[in-house]
Amino acid sequence: MDYEFHWNVVFQNMPQLLNGAFVTLHVSVLAMLLGVVIAILLAIAKMNNTKFFSQVATVWVEIARNTPALFQIYMAYFGLGAFGIHLSPYVAVLSALVFINAGYLTETFRGGFQSIPSTQYSASKSLGMTSIQSYRYIILPQMLRRIYHPMTNQFVWSILMSSLGILVGMSELSGTTQRLQSLSFRTLEFFIVAAVMYFVITKLVLFGSSLLARRLFKGEI
Amino acid sequence: MISVQNVHKSFGDLEVLKGVSLDVNRGEVVSVIGGSGSGKSTLLYCINAIEPINSGKILVDDVDVHAKETNKDKLRQKLGMVFQQWNSFPHMTVLENAALAPRIVKKMSKEEAIEIAKKELEHVGLGDKLDVYPTKMSGGQQQRLAIARALAMKPDYMLLDEVTSALDPELVGEVLDTLRLLAEEGMTMICVTHEMGFARDVSDRVAYFHQGVIAEIGEARQVITDPQNPLTQKFLSKVR
Repeated sequence: MDYEFHWNVVFQNMPQLLNGAFVTLHVSVLAMLLGVVIAILLAIAKMNNTKFFSQVATVWVEIARNTPALFQIYMAYFGLGAFGIHLSPYVAVLSALVFINAGYLTETFRGGFQSIPSTQYSASKSLGMTSIQSYRYIILPQMLRRIYHPMTNQFVWSILMSSLGILVGMSELSGTTQRLQSLSFRTLEFFIVAAVMYFVITKLVLFGSSLLARRLFKGEI
Repeated sequence: MISVQNVHKSFGDLEVLKGVSLDVNRGEVVSVIGGSGSGKSTLLYCINAIEPINSGKILVDDVDVHAKETNKDKLRQKLGMVFQQWNSFPHMTVLENAALAPRIVKKMSKEEAIEIAKKELEHVGLGDKLDVYPTKMSGGQQQRLAIARALAMKPDYMLLDEVTSALDPELVGEVLDTLRLLAEEGMTMICVTHEMGFARDVSDRVAYFHQGVIAEIGEARQVITDPQNPLTQKFLSKVR
């Protein structure tokens, strides 16, 4: 053990690392937002009686959940590239993460929805509520409580998985770290710092999420 | 007045109601008794238009419940319903449970809705539980909440679907006492029940359901203590 740590070069490059971290957060937030919107549509499609819609949704969910994220990113970057569709590394990683997030969240949403007993709907209808009111005040708030933590997990997963951007030359935190360490040969130092930054980011996300949960969900479920 | 006229109702191939007719006048309490699967709960769901019917007619204050042009959401404001599984809204406090529908359905101001909800909650003896979440309460308390929640809509009728069946035995009394109170106050009620004592003492009339038809209906004490139909006799001898 005669490795000598040299942290200076890391700190000199801190602005670039922080910039990389920002890109990581940026792509994950966007992937989450788009993933949620698509997942809502897919979940509705999957519960739909029209076979075509439910089958499209099922195929999406099955592929997203049963193939590696690495494969999705390669497909978006190199695969589409082979057909003349050239996505930037950012867009390729974003589309892959959206694809996977949507796949996983579809099942989360469907499960959350189906876990609310239909009697809650009957009870709200019996009070004279319209269907929209029943969903707005009774079904969806309860569903949100049940899917909230799985959604947070999915978000953390996206943040960590965006590190695969390194493979298509994306300048997020891992890509930036990779580039900087190859210029300075301080591999260990750069990756330790990057790991700490990932840790801090995900911990902050989890902390923020639980603060929000406490504000949103006062009741017991 | 609620008027059920020759109603037929099937679930798939299974005919649950086979021509049921029943008139319930304002201020009257009618208990419906009978074995499970006899169609008694289904009747309540049909009166409240939660379940459609196949044929026949149900009138509530002369409005045809199942007619296409009937606004069912509006109609249900008249018909308070309480379920076997109380169905309290677990994400809201007791007070919010009772104040929600007056506020969003009847468009009352928040203060007005809260005032009515408080009054009805005190009415059923939950005045000290306003800020509690229902999941922290016993089944009996949750069932009384469900009654108060329905009453806060100022319904003209109450439909009670085996409201004590899912309760622990020691909690049945408090719910029946609440219903007794409502009956004394003149509330019109249809109670599907397995509580023969309650049916005998509180209701004006008792209807015995057997395989989708009313096998016997009459003055409460007479039906429970001196049933005429052999089917009713057999049923009552088993539940006693």
